Amino acid sequence: MAQETPVVTRFMRERPDDSWQFESARAYNAAYTRLERAFAMGPEAIVEAVQQSGLRGKGGAGFGTGQKWSFLPKGVFPRYLCINGDEGEPATFKDHMLTERDPHQLVEGAIITAYAIQANHAFIYLRGEFALGADRLQQAIDDAYAHGFLGKDIGGSGFDLELVLHRGAGCYIAGDETGLLSSLEGERAMPRIKPPFPAAQGLYAAPTVVNNIETISTIPWIIANGAEWYAGMGVNRSTGTRIFSVSGHVERPGNYEVELGMTFRELIEGLAGGVRDGKRMKFFIPGGASSPWLLPEHLDSPLDMDYAGSELRTMLGSGAITVFDETTDPLLVSWRLAKFYAHESCGKCTPCREGSSWIEKVLYRMVNGQGRPEDLDLLLSFGSNIVPGLNAPFAQTTICALGPSTMSHVVSLDRWFRDEIVARLERDTARRTSLEIVTVSAGADA
Amino acid sequence: MAFSGTERRRAEEIVARYPQSRSATLPLLFLVQDRDGWVTPQGIEDVADFLGLTPAVVLGTCSFYTMFKLSPVGKLVVSVCTNVSCLVNGGPQLHEHLRREYARSDDVFIEEVECLAACDRAPALQINYDFHGPLTGEQAVDLIERHRSGELTARTISGTATGGEV
Ligand SMILES: Cc1cc2nc3c(=O)[nH]c(=O)nc-3n(C[C@H](O)[C@H](O)[C@H](O)COP(=O)(O)O)c2cc1C
Ligand code: SF4
Ligand code: FES
Repeated sequence: MAQETPVVTRFMRERPDDSWQFESARAYNAAYTRLERAFAMGPEAIVEAVQQSGLRGKGGAGFGTGQKWSFLPKGVFPRYLCINGDEGEPATFKDHMLTERDPHQLVEGAIITAYAIQANHAFIYLRGEFALGADRLQQAIDDAYAHGFLGKDIGGSGFDLELVLHRGAGCYIAGDETGLLSSLEGERAMPRIKPPFPAAQGLYAAPTVVNNIETISTIPWIIANGAEWYAGMGVNRSTGTRIFSVSGHVERPGNYEVELGMTFRELIEGLAGGVRDGKRMKFFIPGGASSPWLLPEHLDSPLDMDYAGSELRTMLGSGAITVFDETTDPLLVSWRLAKFYAHESCGKCTPCREGSSWIEKVLYRMVNGQGRPEDLDLLLSFGSNIVPGLNAPFAQTTICALGPSTMSHVVSLDRWFRDEIVARLERDTARRTSLEIVTVSAGADA
Repeated sequence: MAFSGTERRRAEEIVARYPQSRSATLPLLFLVQDRDGWVTPQGIEDVADFLGLTPAVVLGTCSFYTMFKLSPVGKLVVSVCTNVSCLVNGGPQLHEHLRREYARSDDVFIEEVECLAACDRAPALQINYDFHGPLTGEQAVDLIERHRSGELTARTISGTATGGEV
């Protein structure tokens, strides 16, 4: 029987009624006691330990966290830490939970990370819609200030840190790291061309680290238990645990924190109870809306970030798994995702701005019985202007990865459901034509 | 109009958190939205004045974000998710039910939104940014009515806790 391995979700389960409160976090989770150890290690040893642990970013791209920190140019100050809590990737709901239910773990991780990268100013960019999360996180920050864990000379270490909660105001693209920086500077959340990367020129053109909330929430435990402990969990280059948000047609939707290396089947069928109402699975989205889809035949594959890319040509992305049963119309799901991307494209790059809304329009007619047999190829043909070659992992002609993401679901339709869809489009076309003929010639209802 | 004394102090506090004042644009827009019930042309001007920006620049930022309402929306913003997990769990039907029910209401504004990061509660919605779900159409109407009558206290339309901080 598959089991969870709670690390960042452990405390919130032990104290479901008050895990977000300062007194409870101090008394039962030893919150902020990891700071002393971190200050004793010193910044360089912390970066080293995080590198040794193999920790990879949990926001979507899976980049090595310690490696990212090590890219900051030496001797250039000020530096900034920006924590990404914009969580807008459809079907992802883990950072929402971490913020509402264990904000002190996040604040403690923020302090250790800022110290490690020698930033004296840090921001948590929280999705605007998370109102309760903002209340609890602000309270946690206020409590940390009141007890000397934020502000000047934290715990007598000589290290100063200002930590600011910044609420977003409703837009997915602020989740892209450079979109986030634009937004935090008071502008439209439009992504920026890289290079320069944020490590060199980020917030206010200063060296900046952007990390996801779950990544930062993991840091106190690596400090407490050591790099070997973390590296000892997981599989291959996917070390440690991750929270997977499982939803859709499953018996027990929810967040499950598991050791990487578990199979999709153990997670979806074992922990989330499998497809509900005794139905069979038609397909699932393995890593957030931006990841190409998989079929039931892939369920025995391991949750391994590199395997997902090289063998399955998809990604574990944001750790969101959406399950669809046999009654689901893949065209409907695809159209809804296309509508999402058309709405959220920031409009800066022509292929993404124009392409995303054309994809939506063509899918709309396909799903509504107005499609033509060549429509799937039409989608692939203008999609290849956004994603040259259409081979996952995707090449990019746009500034950010939203552009390629607009094609993930279309590529999936082509890969898994081509025959079914073309046959349906042919039927729809034939029905339309015969209806027209019948209606015109005989006035009858076919 | 410009900021009153207390608003000005609050705005100064917000600006002081940031190395550069323009970063305060979003929080100040929430402030004027809460003051006026929506982001009025006067609100845009006040934020611009305070930050030393032109109103066009502030409006340009503001109009990018869905939580800022550039026309009146009444007292309750009800955001119904229809993205994929909610799609297969009755989200579009819930949205349609509420849209019809409140089509002529001045104080309840029904909007369709993207994934709210509450997919384990699909179909999910928010009432002034408080989460609810899963809900049937009738349960949702009942909940909205209890907020309307004052039996339940809603946040502001910016999601600020009433009487609380931005
Ligand atoms: C369109 C788009 C949306 C994104 N949304 C998020 C998000 O909501 N949260 C997040 O942490 N990362 C998001 N990312 C990834 C970030 O750009 C960045 O890689 C991440 O925050 C880095 O943190 P990590 O290394 O800890 O994963 C998004 C990327 C793109 C292209
Ligand atoms: S790819 Fe799309 S969302 Fe990303 S910067 Fe270009 S237009 Fe904006
Ligand atoms: S899909 Fe509706 S809350 Fe995520």
